[in-house]
Amino acid sequence: MYRNTVLICGGTGCHSNHSAEIYDKFVEEIAAKGIKEDVLLVKTGCFGLCAVGPVVIIYPEGAFYSTVSVSDVPELVSEHLIKGRLVERLIYKDKEVVTKALSETNFYKSQTRVALRNCGVINPEDIDEYIAYDGYQALIKVLTEMTPEEVIQTILDSGLRGRGGAGFPTGLKWRFCRNAQPDETGIKYVCCNADEGDPGAFMDRSILEGDPHAVIEAMAIAAYAIGASQGYIYVRAEYPIAVSRMRIAIGQAKEYGLLGKNILGLGFDFDLDIRLGSGAFVCGEETALMTSIEGKRGEPRPRPPFPANKGLFAKPTVLNNVETYANVAQIILKGPEWFASMGTEKSKGTKVFALGGKIVNTGLVEIPMGTTLRTVIEDIGGGIPNGKKFKAAQTGGPSGGCIPAQHMDVPIDFENLAAIGSIMGSGGLIVMDEDNCMVDIAKFFLLFTKDESCGKCTPCRIGTTRLLEYLDKITSGKGELSDLDEMEKLCYYIKDNALCGLGQTAPNPVLSTLRYFRDEYIAHIVDKKCPAGVCKALLSYEILDTCKGCTLCARNCPVNAISGAVKQVHKIDQSKCIKCGVCMDKCKFKAIVRK
Amino acid sequence: MEEIKMVNLKINGQDVSVPAGTTILDAARKAGIKIPTLCYLRDINAIGACRVCVVEVKGARSLVASCVYPVSEGMEVTTNSQKVIEARKTTVELILSDHDKNCLSCVRNQNCELQRLSEELGCDAKRFGGAVNTFDIDATTPYIVRDNNKCILCRRCVAACKNYQGLAIIGTNSRGFATHVGAAFDKDLADVPCVGCGQCINVCPVGALHEKEEIDDVIAALQDKSKYVIIATAPSVRIGLGEEFGYPIGSNVEGKMVTAMRKMGFNAVFDVDFAADLTIMEEGTEFINRLNNGGTLPMLTSCSPAWIKYVEHNYPDLIPNLSSCKSPQQMFGAICKTYYAEKLGIDPKDMVVVSVMPCTAKKFEKGRANQSAAGVPDIDIAITTRELAKLIRRFGLIFNELEEGKFDAPLGISSTAGLLFGATGGVMEAALRTLADVLEGKELDKIEYTAVRGTQGIKEAVVNIAGKDVKVAVASGLANAKVLMDKIRAGEADYHFIEIMSCPGGCVNGGGQPIKSAYERNNLDIKALRAGAIYAADSKSELRKSHKNPIIKELYDNYLGEPNSHKAHKILHTSYEARKKY
Repeated sequence: MYRNTVLICGGTGCHSNHSAEIYDKFVEEIAAKGIKEDVLLVKTGCFGLCAVGPVVIIYPEGAFYSTVSVSDVPELVSEHLIKGRLVERLIYKDKEVVTKALSETNFYKSQTRVALRNCGVINPEDIDEYIAYDGYQALIKVLTEMTPEEVIQTILDSGLRGRGGAGFPTGLKWRFCRNAQPDETGIKYVCCNADEGDPGAFMDRSILEGDPHAVIEAMAIAAYAIGASQGYIYVRAEYPIAVSRMRIAIGQAKEYGLLGKNILGLGFDFDLDIRLGSGAFVCGEETALMTSIEGKRGEPRPRPPFPANKGLFAKPTVLNNVETYANVAQIILKGPEWFASMGTEKSKGTKVFALGGKIVNTGLVEIPMGTTLRTVIEDIGGGIPNGKKFKAAQTGGPSGGCIPAQHMDVPIDFENLAAIGSIMGSGGLIVMDEDNCMVDIAKFFLLFTKDESCGKCTPCRIGTTRLLEYLDKITSGKGELSDLDEMEKLCYYIKDNALCGLGQTAPNPVLSTLRYFRDEYIAHIVDKKCPAGVCKALLSYEILDTCKGCTLCARNCPVNAISGAVKQVHKIDQSKCIKCGVCMDKCKFKAIVRK
Repeated sequence: MEEIKMVNLKINGQDVSVPAGTTILDAARKAGIKIPTLCYLRDINAIGACRVCVVEVKGARSLVASCVYPVSEGMEVTTNSQKVIEARKTTVELILSDHDKNCLSCVRNQNCELQRLSEELGCDAKRFGGAVNTFDIDATTPYIVRDNNKCILCRRCVAACKNYQGLAIIGTNSRGFATHVGAAFDKDLADVPCVGCGQCINVCPVGALHEKEEIDDVIAALQDKSKYVIIATAPSVRIGLGEEFGYPIGSNVEGKMVTAMRKMGFNAVFDVDFAADLTIMEEGTEFINRLNNGGTLPMLTSCSPAWIKYVEHNYPDLIPNLSSCKSPQQMFGAICKTYYAEKLGIDPKDMVVVSVMPCTAKKFEKGRANQSAAGVPDIDIAITTRELAKLIRRFGLIFNELEEGKFDAPLGISSTAGLLFGATGGVMEAALRTLADVLEGKELDKIEYTAVRGTQGIKEAVVNIAGKDVKVAVASGLANAKVLMDKIRAGEADYHFIEIMSCPGGCVNGGGQPIKSAYERNNLDIKALRAGAIYAADSKSELRKSHKNPIIKELYDNYLGEPNSHKAHKILHTSYEARKKY
């Protein structure tokens, strides 16, 4: 029996802030103090509040220590673990209020963790911990008590929809595949889309890193439902921790007889392999993903045929996203009514969002569908830092759109987001404040999709390039008002004509910013100004008469564009200025302004 | 027989009934509606990439590519709404925005599908400005030039290489706007196991691929009065050439072709069909020797230079199976520069032999090792059917008005067995005609071997000759050849003699033949139409067996001795080398 349990976050954010060294230091300190028998150290998956990582939680007190460094470990050991006294200076402070337990924080209070339930709770490298938290109970229930059709009906009744972006009813997808006539080999496949590629989104990664067995169990359930005996997890090679934990998990599941031939002696075979993607965004598109698993260049193919009929290696295939799978076992165990009781009319359950951008609590949050954007940003996310004003939230990654302040109170679900010109997508949520130029934001996302286009179809390969060129023209001050109409036309053309979802949604960031922030476009075109002060070609820095002639700006200018004698007002040579803004940052007298 | 399920739909309000699985494109064609296409090629390239063939389907979220979208019951399709027309126009305008529009000096000027589409759709070629990709032109091989500045990424060449030839030498490299077609790791075409068949050229809708032209060399040779310039045409050239001058597919224009060449000023206008007859003598004798003396079997024909290169790269272990005979082109050049030069008393160095071929790989073959019977290359210049047409135009000859001419003697005299070489199965049929007579020791009435005719990829037949069953096979298209080679390698084939032609359908469909648009390729059986002209000419001929060609007899009697003699070997046979793949 351990006196204390120490959870150390091993998620990506904390890991890159040396949480592995913190873990090692704990091991060393505990051994040195002779309390090895009393303390259980657990390296967990992501807790979600990445902004304050590395995170350490010590039970039974549930003390929530944030921004812990390796040098803090001896104090945590001697004070908390030996003397039983909290180390106040490391305890997380929620809006200046010292909050001792994780569950008390604003960040966690409004969350409902279903897909993320085990992340930050269990050791993902130990199957016994997963089993201790009801792991593989759903699989056993399915194999012993349910017919495949009952499994599908349960998933249908729960209202679970694909978390990868499009929101297709998962149960329906399974039913299509179950009903699909396989070829003479009788082979069907189950695949998992772990090719998370939206900039800023990392929920799938966190699930794979923090609760890999949840995905394995759900895939086995899906395989049983559709009649498959082989599965593939397609995961980005850029997720090494996820890949290694998934490998460990698959190995342990095989060892326990939960994967492989004749699972648990119940006559069901299911094996699982990992396929690594090499980072092409388009490989998150289902047909491109399967083409890539087949060993070919990852490019989408026309549909129909749909994967449910002809998917991987032209066999009937079910492909779901990681987060979708992470809900499955609980729906089986707690019943579809439980899941359907959360959310809105058409969007049931919860959704994980990756909060990023101009927000205090960057990290991973899981909320019931129907929660408002305001709750997510202001309560859970802690609002905008530095007293700045909220301007827009970008959801759905490069395929999504920007939601302006007037829609902050719209309940988040698939339909509502679509109605206001964005999409749920995989759940990236990037917050923008008054310092963000919306034309520049549109450019950023479009540049991403343009670069990630596979180059197969004309609208995406050339259309996005031309669209981006319009944006470049506008942000460099050469835009004309007629460009806006041409851009809009081109946007709708691309949406209507591109081969796959990547191209069809690529214009969304442009269309949604044109819809809500057209005045910013017009300011760029007519006034030749960037209201947010981002687009360099439309900026100028000027030195006011209040300049004291301290020469600091001139000494820091990287291109020697500033001249002036000591104690005289200085001057910027606009033809040399590269608009880096260093002068303004350095000026101690606020004598330099950006116009 | 299984009943074919019919599907009823409406296209532009018109009721259409087509078998289930039909695409919207084909259903529309049946209803008399031509939907424009660009990337689509029946059987080999249904990828929905270019988006030119989009149509509106009621209830669909976006426009759909009709070339890949199957019909369904009750579907309502509109092929000509303003939305569709605008979309197609924008697509082509976008393609034009990243295309080297130097049309006036393009090899495909006036024979370009993009040009035609642009005109049909009323495109503004300058609507979109912006960045344009620039690529180095790959002219590293003697046969194919790739100019990616003109490539529109329809991937038809990629599909031809992969699906016709089973090679996949080229694919798409890079991504997004930088996407381009190239060999693995963007290697030069000369550094990869490309066989030079030119099928990629034939399917290219624009000027991104063309043969390395030798037209200027021909003109220069004709100007040089110190040279004795011979021109000779391969069997298929007379069948394809007319298409360049408005004749329907499958027209035999031998007479006008001969006159045109004569009017250009060649010293002699000969026929490679003569050398095809000679090939039958040599190859037939080689086969009999192998059959009777326990030689390596099955024997594989060696007429098709892309096929030879294919074996050298991919099946070097099967090189002993290849006939050691030079191809008809090379035999022709070799006889010109030995026998005929001696006869005329001309130094072979002062002779220029121009071959006209339906083939691009011949440009490679003429430069191979051990192809110089007289110490100088057997063939100096190898041009394609297309290049001959250009020459005719450049010389201002009004082709359609030319008189019918006849090839010069002696090397223009041939049997129509030689002509058969142009169609898949033709070499085999010509060989069987001679083998049967030779082995039976008498002239047989049986002339036509229909089992080896037809455009299917692989044909097999057992022919009883002099009491012995000879098992033969014929394949065209290297993807089909591969099937046979793998069988041989695995020891599962008991054929005696196999004819392989690299190009699907044989030389009539060679990489140097007139280029047909995708619309023609998709809706006509070009291979069969052209082959039909060959069989028609043969059926009317008096001289249908190679060994009956009087000039062949004279050549052996007065010069070579007998087939496979030491001298014949020196002049008419060659050797092969294993080549690396990458």
